[in-house]
Amino acid sequence: MYENPDGVMIGLEVHVQLNKLKTKVFCGCSTDYHNDPPNSHVCPVCLGLPGSLPVINKKAVEAAIKIGLALNCKVEEHTQFYRKNYYYPDLPKGFQITQYDFPISSGGYITIEGEDGELKVGITRAHMEEDPGRLVHEGTIDKSKYTLIDYNRSGMALIEIVSDPDMRSPKEARRYLDKLRNIVEYLDIFDGDLEGALRVDANISIMGGQRAEIKNISSHKGAERALLFEIVRQKNVLRRGGVVVQETRHFDEAREITISMRSKEEAHDYRYFPEPDLVPLRISGWAPAIKATLPELPDARRMRFVEQYGITDDHAKALTSELKLAIFYEDVAKKADPKMAAVWVCDVLKGELNYRDLTVDAFKKEHMHTIIELLAGKKITEDGAVDIIRTLLDKGGSPDEIVKEKGLLKVEGDIVATAAEEAIKENPQAVTDYMAGKEKALNSLVGAVMKKTKGRADARAAREMLLGKLGQ
Amino acid sequence: MIGKKDLEHIGWLARIELSEEDKEKYTPKLNSVLDYFSELDKAETEGVEPTYHILPMNNIFRDDVPTGSLSQEEALSNSPKIHDGFIKAPRMM
Amino acid sequence: MATINELRERIHADSSEEIVAEYLERIEKSKLNAFITVSKESALSRAREIDSQDFEGPLAGIPIAIKDNISTKGIQTTCASKILTGYVPPYDAHVIEKLNAAGAIIIGKTNMDEFAMGSSTETSYYGPTLNPWDTDRVPGGSSGGSAAAVAGGEAPLSLGSDTGGSVRCPASFCGIVGLKPTYGVISRYGLISYANSLEQIGQFGTCVRDVAALFDVIAGHDPRDSTSVNKEADYSSALKNDVKGLKIGIPHEYFGEGTDKDVEESVRDAINTLEELGATSIDVKMPNTKYALPAYYIIAMSEASSNLARFDGMRYGLRTEDSDWHTTFSQVRAAGFGDEVKRRILLGTYALSAGYHDKYYIKALKIRTLIKQDFEKAFTDVDVLIAPTMPYPAFKIGEKIDDPISLFLSDVDTVPVNLAGVPSISVPCGFSDGLPIGMQVIGGHFDEAAILRAAFAFEENTDFHTKQPEGY
Repeated sequence: MYENPDGVMIGLEVHVQLNKLKTKVFCGCSTDYHNDPPNSHVCPVCLGLPGSLPVINKKAVEAAIKIGLALNCKVEEHTQFYRKNYYYPDLPKGFQITQYDFPISSGGYITIEGEDGELKVGITRAHMEEDPGRLVHEGTIDKSKYTLIDYNRSGMALIEIVSDPDMRSPKEARRYLDKLRNIVEYLDIFDGDLEGALRVDANISIMGGQRAEIKNISSHKGAERALLFEIVRQKNVLRRGGVVVQETRHFDEAREITISMRSKEEAHDYRYFPEPDLVPLRISGWAPAIKATLPELPDARRMRFVEQYGITDDHAKALTSELKLAIFYEDVAKKADPKMAAVWVCDVLKGELNYRDLTVDAFKKEHMHTIIELLAGKKITEDGAVDIIRTLLDKGGSPDEIVKEKGLLKVEGDIVATAAEEAIKENPQAVTDYMAGKEKALNSLVGAVMKKTKGRADARAAREMLLGKLGQ
Repeated sequence: MIGKKDLEHIGWLARIELSEEDKEKYTPKLNSVLDYFSELDKAETEGVEPTYHILPMNNIFRDDVPTGSLSQEEALSNSPKIHDGFIKAPRMM
Repeated sequence: MATINELRERIHADSSEEIVAEYLERIEKSKLNAFITVSKESALSRAREIDSQDFEGPLAGIPIAIKDNISTKGIQTTCASKILTGYVPPYDAHVIEKLNAAGAIIIGKTNMDEFAMGSSTETSYYGPTLNPWDTDRVPGGSSGGSAAAVAGGEAPLSLGSDTGGSVRCPASFCGIVGLKPTYGVISRYGLISYANSLEQIGQFGTCVRDVAALFDVIAGHDPRDSTSVNKEADYSSALKNDVKGLKIGIPHEYFGEGTDKDVEESVRDAINTLEELGATSIDVKMPNTKYALPAYYIIAMSEASSNLARFDGMRYGLRTEDSDWHTTFSQVRAAGFGDEVKRRILLGTYALSAGYHDKYYIKALKIRTLIKQDFEKAFTDVDVLIAPTMPYPAFKIGEKIDDPISLFLSDVDTVPVNLAGVPSISVPCGFSDGLPIGMQVIGGHFDEAAILRAAFAFEENTDFHTKQPEGY
């Protein structure tokens, strides 16, 4: 049972950008603006020019329903867009078209691994809205002499997912974000690698006090850091006898601190009212049809992996934590032993990829298949397999080439026997020590065998061979 | 009725700077209009639903097909201050 | 004052270029101040093009004036406000595209109340427009320039917009025909919004036939406007000189106290004329009419406060010296908006704000429901309603501008129509001391055919519409 000594309550608002749609949410501008000059993917609508009018992208609504269903929400029959009125340079109309009453979905949950076991985090709502533009400052926001605005991003479809404040630590928050991103990736409606694809605002309070809202978080790690900083900051405020105020704070990624944004605009009165230019949506009947098209989601896939491939739950969890990894694993497991595949994909390959900051896209499934085949056929050692993987990632080529080049084919039994005999003859002291009870002396003999066979012998086999020859 | 402080607050919400003279000038006119609006208090609207949209239309969509954009030049054609294709606005703080 | 048919004959005999040149000359010599921008070069060039191509569209070679809140690509569009000085839209409104395709020639952008907020065209940054019938008097508003242009012989046709009477009022004061369609019939794409749940683009002409012809060109579904209806209609074919069996409703609340005697007499005479032609009339009660004006203004001002939030001087129009963003923004708006616009934005902001939202905004929307029901009920018994357009003829410039309530009250007969979203046409039906009087023929949703028929029959059997102001 997690104590939660500081009474931490964390809620997260995650904005998922539907960048896999071809167009923006209310206009026909294309969404592939990422490498293009600023203000080159805009039209009167997303530029907010006077006289322009929004029209809803049907696919965006379908995607919103998909997300709602994947998060176990109730999808509304009747939903409506609202205006949220506030002023910011990235908001061309002086209001954002979003949802207020009657959001498209609400009342769901996802399960994460909490501090003390499985934790169900409530999803208050998942609704549709439009992205504002992108601001660029000279240096930091508080020191910049001017603000530059690029509206390419303005009007991109966003789904805002608001959690209940059920998380009790930055680690749980991090796990929520990982899980949420995982689920959304599975739905194939967003490319998480693109800039701005997923943004987080965090709300945190301690000891039942006021909450601080932290904006400008752009990574899961950043979220965890920001929240860790906030807990310390808030505790310090209390320790000094002060009171934590409700405010918006800006996360400075570089310095890993939050800065107060407190200014007159704190008095937010958004004056929500239904958007007169958009008629309501009646979408009853859409949900069941869309539910039928939902792909297998992470939790379901994890259970299936355990059942279908007989792998451990830990392996299944790790393999399904990323869609690409799960797909890779299954491709490999089709042709090679699934249990071995789990070990080598999950325990070995993933580690090597992480170390090099690569994704599983950097490795071919045929290569993994070959490697496992070689291992299964006892043709190479485990060390050899690791060597092959590393070489493929660093230099390229193919497993067969590398095996040939580096002579990694496992050495035959009698060569090991010869090497063992020579090692025993050449290291009498080690032999004596071992026979006298010093277990560790065997290691130097094993080392000698490995040296003689240039590392190609299987270490375990070498050990056994030596023991046999020593009459043990 | 609106007093000076209320007017300052509304002026801020509406982002319209109001000079002292403006506040003097506007307050009586605004209050007479609000007075006139309070006619509605006499109307019986118990159980009446508000009308947000006058026509009973629902579900108007467009397909997810690109229809083209303005050129960067057209998009920036009315902006008084530009910098490298960005629109230049005053600093935030 | 020439009709489309007369002009067509002249264009065949001479050329469009000559016609356009004549109108341009009249505009140049005029003291009416009906135009903000005159498109001399482009109009003549287009006329030459039409002449040389022998273009066959329904309005080929016919000049038309456009209210300056309708976006015209390449032509300055100011909404008669200082804040949009120099704004040149990079796109055409839907109705402009239609006019261009029909061969009409846009000769200029007409004067209006700033951002369409007013009933007299006195709040324009460019000074008031004068009524050709008496240049000491207002032409009505907010589409005063468009109406004065037609009445003063400076354009045979013009477009306006009608949010609370802004087409019908000036039509009445200027002795011409003005029509506001059912909400949704003419696309608002490109119309710079004042109150988007209430407004429609409307047409002016010297006779019902011309207004119907123009209507045919610009009406119709536009996928870029989500509130645009999909109803094919041929308005010109509704013009029949036959009102036998037409049931006319006389709304009790639109006559009596506050209405000039001359006005009441003229309208009742007009109804008699129609009865002589075979129509019948009954009194109808519309008990919620007295709440329509305050409800209308609350809704209009609330929507306006949001619709005008985008005017910040960053992407178009006025820009003052820079301070920080929020301050600059407030200063630009203070400098760029006139007093009436500022007051309406402030009131609208107030009506939507926390604590007042229900008392004003929601309450007004409930009244809207009651007004709508009044009309629905009336139309179960009658085909059309006939009432005065304005309670009095044109008042003197400066007479009402300092008394906002008095000015609001001039809209008493027109705003209920916008609240209900029904169509209405104003036609000249009499004179009071030489000043035109207009009557409204109001129909049920999408029943433009009935009101056009009644208006046309009335016109065919009277000669009010043939009268012209002296010297024009």
